[in-house]
Amino acid sequence: MAKDIFVYIDHFQGEALPASWEAVGAARSLAESLGGDVAAILVGENVGDLAEQAIQYGADKALHVEDASLADFRPEPFSSIVAKIASDADVLLMPTSGRTRELAAMVGVDLDTGVIPDVIEMDTADGAIMAIRPIYAGKLLSKVTIPVNRPQILTLRSRAFPKPEPDSNRSGAVEGVEVEIEQPVTEVTGYGETEAGVSLSDAAVIVSGGRGTANNPDLEPPADITDEKEQEIWRAQQGFKLIGELADVLGGAVGASRAAVDAGYIPYSHQVGQTGKVVSPDLYIAAGISGAIQHLAGMRTAKTIVAINKDPDAPIFKLARFGVVGDLFDVLPPLTEELKNR
Amino acid sequence: MNIVVCVKQTPDTAATVTVEGGEVSWGDAPLVLNPWDEYAVEEALQIKEEHGGQVTALSLGPEDAQEALKQSLAMGCDQAILISDPAFAGLDTLQVSKVLAAAIEKVGDPDLVLFGRSSVDSDTGITGTQVARRLGFPSLILVSKVVSLDPAGGKIEVERMLEEGRQQVAGPLPAVLSVVKEINEPRYPSFMGIRKASKAEIPIWSGADLGISDDLSAAVHWPEIIAPPKIETEVEMIEGDTAEEKAKKLAQRLAEEKVI
Ligand SMILES: Cc1cc2nc3c(=O)[nH]c(=O)nc-3n(C[C@H](O)[C@H](O)[C@H](O)COP(=O)(O)OP(=O)(O)OC[C@H]3O[C@@H](n4cnc5c(N)ncnc54)[C@H](O)[C@@H]3O)c2cc1C
Ligand SMILES: Nc1ncnc2c1ncn2[C@@H]1O[C@H](COP(=O)(O)O)[C@@H](O)[C@H]1O
Repeated sequence: MAKDIFVYIDHFQGEALPASWEAVGAARSLAESLGGDVAAILVGENVGDLAEQAIQYGADKALHVEDASLADFRPEPFSSIVAKIASDADVLLMPTSGRTRELAAMVGVDLDTGVIPDVIEMDTADGAIMAIRPIYAGKLLSKVTIPVNRPQILTLRSRAFPKPEPDSNRSGAVEGVEVEIEQPVTEVTGYGETEAGVSLSDAAVIVSGGRGTANNPDLEPPADITDEKEQEIWRAQQGFKLIGELADVLGGAVGASRAAVDAGYIPYSHQVGQTGKVVSPDLYIAAGISGAIQHLAGMRTAKTIVAINKDPDAPIFKLARFGVVGDLFDVLPPLTEELKNR
Repeated sequence: MNIVVCVKQTPDTAATVTVEGGEVSWGDAPLVLNPWDEYAVEEALQIKEEHGGQVTALSLGPEDAQEALKQSLAMGCDQAILISDPAFAGLDTLQVSKVLAAAIEKVGDPDLVLFGRSSVDSDTGITGTQVARRLGFPSLILVSKVVSLDPAGGKIEVERMLEEGRQQVAGPLPAVLSVVKEINEPRYPSFMGIRKASKAEIPIWSGADLGISDDLSAAVHWPEIIAPPKIETEVEMIEGDTAEEKAKKLAQRLAEEKVI
């Protein structure tokens, strides 16, 4: 009998990451070629609801481990639990996140097997998975496989696999699993403000700003801002306001170049690129961004790229599907207005 | 504080990386200290400056992979050790973490082991956590700030950058940390540092030195490296006399192409 295909459902504050359901969908496709059932694994406090959802998204069964000590993800106890549940598995899939990087790494050590992070494509050959993942920040792709060791642990990049439609009529076994739970050695002492708005990795539309957002000499900063650097940041914030308004109209997220982040215009969590987030939205609008190789590394796989830049020779136009030569301060407001009416 | 920082030598991020006949090439771009690891080295130095102690840089790689270690020494690390053995060629993180953990144990009694967020070549970001698991130390990755450090009490509290926002976590020492770019601003090596580093003899530890006798074989294989499909775009420049006209046309074209 073919073995179950396990999927770890990553969640944060009661909600599963959309990429967790994408992983369930990918597991369903694997089950078609490898055989076996799709078994979701949920670890946390009060994750019964998520277990039900996993069934609706396509799992055949959902195994959940619950304990008050598991309210906050900590890699050590979570890994021990997942390693126990998946110890005989052939395949263990996870969505890619900061948490699953640690989880996959530790389960890999515990079960003496390989980990393939950030997979964007999968196929099977001779009962093993052949995965494709970007390396050198997406400048190259690597085919990757785990020929002998089991389970094959893969984390799947957000938005690389289609998200299945939930079906409330699907049924499956939801089972509480009793395993020994080790006391976590670390303690979560607090959370900073979570970023409001759409997360970059899950966004279907991203509007990004670069150094160009600060370049509007006509804007007069308030009189109490006298420092030149602060005046520049104030100008850039007006630019990012226009970026944000366009993003809102499109239901998208706000991104930025490293130059904008380094100059203090916007927090690092918005940075797209080799040393920021790698994204692949359906639509990426770059305004006032030149298109340096490290920026392109983070967004080149976007389906449609639109570039708005003053300089007709900016390298970003080489990658773009649509280009507008113009000042972002002039182009963005009418564009937002136009899209609002559609 | 006894601090170990693990560093890797990688091609410069500005390099145009190509593949031909399965061989990856970055032209004549220089090999550098993995950009993420600069932040780890800087953090190690800052912690040493505050709490005293010693910083050891460790790197696993071929014998000529000295650049990352030289740079670490030039920035101010006290010692650097290259771990190199023909048997270590082509290992995956499962095995690299085994070798690094053995080397860290040989350095002896670390209070902190620092890593970069990920390597800019392989982009895996899991080596630090795997080393932590092998050493039995807690793993604290994506650290953007050391909130407090109490070497005598054996405690550390850090701020981490999750996709969802910041999180504070406290844990015991020794611990493994991986750091992100927000944590500090790496220093430039001083003239003296560069001179010292260029003269330094970097010791090389082999598998035998680390007591690793078993045959290491990678669990993960990468049979082929390919160039990404060429993005076939012909840019369509939106023309118009005014910004309004261009904006209107762009919106229209996006709708026609069903992008929105
Ligand atoms: C190790 C390393 C890692 C890096 N990682 C990243 C990364 O992850 N992400 C990243 O983005 N960069 C990264 N970089 C930096 C990268 O090399 C570039 O410096 C950066 O992307 C440039 O940002 P920019 O396009 O906003 O600025 P610039 O290159 O200065 O471009 C500004 C653009 O705005 C245009 N412009 C100016 N004013 C206006 C206006 N009013 N309206 C319209 N257009 C205007 C200009 O014509 C210009 O094209 C990295 C660099 C290194 C060395
Ligand atoms: N060969 C190596 N030698 C020393 N440290 C390494 C090596 N490979 C990875 N590291 C460390 O592990 C971190 C994460 O690397 P990776 O898991 O390869 O993305 C890097 O930033 C380095 O700090």
